[in-house]
Amino acid sequence: MAQIFHPSTNTLSRVTIFGALFLIIGLLWLLAQINRSPYVTDVNVVRAQPVPFSHQHHVSGIGIDCRYCHKSVENSSFAGIPSTSTCMNCHAHIWTNSEMLEPVRESFRTGRPLRWTRVHDLPDFVYFNHSIHVQKGVGCVTCHGRVDLMPLMRQAESLQMEWCLACHRAPARFVRPREHVFQMDWVPSIDQQDLGEELVRKYNIRVEQLTDCSICHR
Amino acid sequence: MTEPVIDKPTASATHDVIGPGHTFGSVTDKISVIVLTQKTPQGWWIGFGLSFLLVMVLFYAITYLLAAGVGIWGVNVPVAWGFAIVNFVWWIGIGHAGTLISAILLLLRQRWRTSINRFAEAMTLFAVACAGIFPLIHLGRPWFFYWLFPYPNPMGIWPQFRSPLVWDVFAVSTYATVSLLFWYIGLIPDLATLRDRARHRFARMAYGILAMGWRGSAIHWHRYETAYLLLAGLATPLVVSVHTIVSFDFAVGIVPGWHSTIFPPYFVAGAIYSGFAMVMTLAIPLRAAYRLQDLITMRHLDNMAKVLLTTGLIVAYGYLMETFFAWYSGNEFEMYMMANRLAGPYAPMYWALLFCNIIVPQVLWFPRLRAHVPLLFIVALIVNIGMWLERYIIVVTSLHRDFLPSSWGMYSGTIWDWATFVGTIGLFLALLFLFIRLLPMISIFEMRELVHTEESERN
Ligand code: HEC
Ligand code: HEC
Ligand code: HEC
Ligand code: HEC
Ligand code: HEC
Repeated sequence: MAQIFHPSTNTLSRVTIFGALFLIIGLLWLLAQINRSPYVTDVNVVRAQPVPFSHQHHVSGIGIDCRYCHKSVENSSFAGIPSTSTCMNCHAHIWTNSEMLEPVRESFRTGRPLRWTRVHDLPDFVYFNHSIHVQKGVGCVTCHGRVDLMPLMRQAESLQMEWCLACHRAPARFVRPREHVFQMDWVPSIDQQDLGEELVRKYNIRVEQLTDCSICHR
Repeated sequence: MTEPVIDKPTASATHDVIGPGHTFGSVTDKISVIVLTQKTPQGWWIGFGLSFLLVMVLFYAITYLLAAGVGIWGVNVPVAWGFAIVNFVWWIGIGHAGTLISAILLLLRQRWRTSINRFAEAMTLFAVACAGIFPLIHLGRPWFFYWLFPYPNPMGIWPQFRSPLVWDVFAVSTYATVSLLFWYIGLIPDLATLRDRARHRFARMAYGILAMGWRGSAIHWHRYETAYLLLAGLATPLVVSVHTIVSFDFAVGIVPGWHSTIFPPYFVAGAIYSGFAMVMTLAIPLRAAYRLQDLITMRHLDNMAKVLLTTGLIVAYGYLMETFFAWYSGNEFEMYMMANRLAGPYAPMYWALLFCNIIVPQVLWFPRLRAHVPLLFIVALIVNIGMWLERYIIVVTSLHRDFLPSSWGMYSGTIWDWATFVGTIGLFLALLFLFIRLLPMISIFEMRELVHTEESERN
C-alpha cells in the first residue's frame, strides 16, 4: 500500500508541535501587552476639546497655579474644572479676537457652559479622592505627569488598578512634602526612600490598610 | 463486509471477560467495522438528531443568558447556588468513572476493565466538558472567566489561593487535561489500525494525522507502555482529589449542612457511584444496539453492579453520618437543618433521594437480579436521578434556611435552568454519538491482548 504521507510530514509535524508552543506563549505575551497598551488604557491619547486649551501656555508660560482653575482639588474628591468666567477673568481683556477663544466667549454670552471631554475617567465602581492625596503629599505630577509641558491634556499613567496599588503598597517611594504638591519640577534633595519613610510617619499614612479592597471599591 | 464478522453464541451465560471463539482478527474486525464500513444505522441518526436538537436548546439558553444575565435563572438570595452548582457537581461526579476504570483498575491489573475503559474515558471527557460549562456561565460576566487563573493581570492581584473555589479551577482543568491525554494516548494504536484499514482517502488522512505516525514497532510499544503507566499513576490521585476539592467548596463554608468533615470521602464515593451508574446506563443499550455482548460480557455488568452496590453503601453511610452528626453536634442550626431536610418543604425530594440511592440498589445483592440486564439498566438510571437529587438537596436545603429566619426563602429552577440542564445532557449524548461513530468504542489492541492472555491461560 502506498504511503499516505510524504516523509517530510515527520519534520513538519515536529515543527508544528514545537511551533505551537511558541505561538501560544507569544500570543499570551501579546495579549498581556495589549492589555497595558494605550489602546486599552488611553495613555497619551489626546481628546477633541471645544477649545484647544494648553496647560503649557497657562501653567509654565504664565505661571498660573493649578488651584486657580482646579479649585476644589484640596478639599474635595473632585478636582474641579474651571467655569467659563474663570477664563474670562483674563480673556475678557486679552486675546479678545482669537478665533480659538470664540467658544469661550459664546459660552459666556449665552451662559451655556463649555462641555469639556474627560481625559481621566475611572470606572464608576472605583472611588477616588483628590483631597486625601493632596493632604498626604502626593504631587499632581506623580499621577498626571508633566502637565506644565503638555500643549494638550493627555493621560500620563494607565490608571489601572495595579498602578494605584503600586503606590498604595509602598507610598514612601512617591510622597513629598505637602508644600511641593503643586510644583511640577520638584526633586527630592535627599534620598526619596528616607524622605518618604519619614513623611509616611509624619503624615500618619496607614500603609497596612491602603490595599483593602473597600478603600477603592466602596 | 457490512455485517459484523461473527455472531457466535454470546458470552452471556459464562463469566468470561470476552466471548469464546474470538481471535485477533475477529475482535479487530468486529470493533473496526462499526466505524469504517458498517452503514450508519438508522438508530444512530435518530439518536444523534435528537441530542443535537437539545444541543441547540443549550445554545439558545446560553445565548439568552449572556444577553440577559443570570437573573433569568431561579437563583437569588438566599439560594445563590442553584442549578448551576447542582449540575456542575453532578456532571463532574459522573466524570469519575473513566479515570477510576482506566487508571486505578489498570494499576490493579483488573483485566475486565479492557472492554469498557475506552468508552468510560470518553464519557468522562464529555461529562467534564458539560460540568465545565456551569461554573463558567454562572459567573455573571463569563467573558472574564480567565480572571480565575493566576496571571499577571492589570489589577495587580492574585486569585484568593485560600479559597477552594480557586483550587477547583486547578483540580478540574488538570483532570480534564489528564483525562484527555490518557484517552488520546490509549487511542493511538487503534487510530493506526483504523488508518491502515480505512478505504476512503480522507479517512486515511484523518486517522493518519491523529495516529501520529504510529507503526507499532517495538520501540513504539515500549514508549507507549511507559507513557500509559506514568499517566495512570498521575491520574490515580486525581480520582480522589477532584471531588474532594469540589466537596471543600461546601465544607469550607460555615453553612449548616455543609460544614462537615465527612464531605470529602462521601463526595468521592458518590462520584464513583454516579460515574458507574452512568457507564451502565450507556453501556447496556450500546452493547445491545451494536451486538457487543461477547465483548462487554455479563462479567462486566456483574462487576460494575458490584461496584455500584459498594459505593452505594458508602454513600448510604455518608447520609447516616450526616444525620447522626447533625444530632450529635447539639448545634441548634445543624439540628434544624436536618429536621428541615427530613420534614421541611424539600422533604419529598430528600425521601426520593434516599429511595433512589439507598433502597433501589439493594436489589444488586442478588446474583440472579444482577444477571437481569433490563433491571440493571433501570437501577442505574434511578441512581443517576438519585445522585442529581442528592446535590440538589445539599445545595438548596442548606441555603434556603440558614441562621436568620428573616432571610429564609424558597428556590426552584426556572425554565432556563431546565433548558440549560437538559441542553447539557443533549451535548453529552451528541458527543457520545459522534464518538461511537468515528472512533473505536472498545480498545482494539487491548482486546487483542486479552484474547492472547485468555488463550494462554486456557491452554
Ligand atoms: C487656566 C486654568 C487651568 C490651570 C491653571 C490648570 N488647569 Fe488643568 N485644566 C484646565 C481645563 C480648562 C481643563 C479641561 C480641558 C482639558 O482637559 O484640556 C483642564 C484639565 C486638566 C486635567 C485633565 C482633566 C480630565 O479631563 O481628566 C488635569 C489632570 C489637569 N488639568 C491638571 C492640572 C494641573 C496639575 C495643573 C497645575 C499644574 C493645572 N491643571 C492647571 C484648566 C487649568
Ligand atoms: C491668568 C489669565 C488667563 C486665564 C485665567 C486664562 N488664560 Fe488663556 N491665555 C492667557 C494668556 C496670557 C494667553 C496667551 C499666551 C501665549 O500665547 O503665550 C492665553 C492664551 C489662550 C489660548 C490661545 C489663544 C490663541 O489664539 O492662541 C487659549 C485657547 C486660551 N488661552 C484658553 C483659555 C481658557 C479655555 C481658559 C479658561 C479655562 C483660559 N484660557 C484662562 C491668559 C489666561
Ligand atoms: C493619586 C493620583 C492623583 C493625584 C496625586 C492627583 N490626581 Fe488628579 N486625577 C487622578 C485620577 C485617578 C483622576 C480621575 C478621577 C475620576 O475619573 O474620577 C484625576 C482627575 C483629575 C481631574 C479631572 C477632574 C476630576 O476630579 O475628575 C483634574 C482636573 C485633576 N485630576 C487635577 C489634579 C490636580 C490639579 C492635582 C494636584 C493637586 C491632581 N489632580 C493630583 C489622580 C490623581
Ligand atoms: C503615588 C501614590 C498614590 C497613587 C498612585 C494612588 N494613591 Fe491613593 N493614596 C495614597 C496615599 C499616600 C494615601 C493616603 C493614605 C492615608 O492617609 O492613610 C491614599 C489614599 C487613598 C484613598 C483614601 C483612603 C482612606 O483611608 O479613605 C483612596 C480612596 C485612594 N487613595 C484611592 C486611590 C485610587 C483609586 C488610586 C488609583 C486611581 C490611587 N489612590 C492612587 C497614594 C497614592
Ligand atoms: C487603590 C485602589 C484600589 C484598591 C485598594 C483595589 N482596587 Fe480594584 N480597581 C481599582 C481601579 C482603579 C480599577 C479600575 C481599573 C481599570 O479601569 O482598568 C479596579 C478594578 C478592579 C476590578 C475589575 C473590575 C472590572 O469590571 O473591570 C476588580 C475585579 C477589582 N478591582 C478587584 C479588587 C479587589 C478584589 C481588591 C482588594 C483585594 C481591590 N480591587 C482593591 C482600584 C483599587
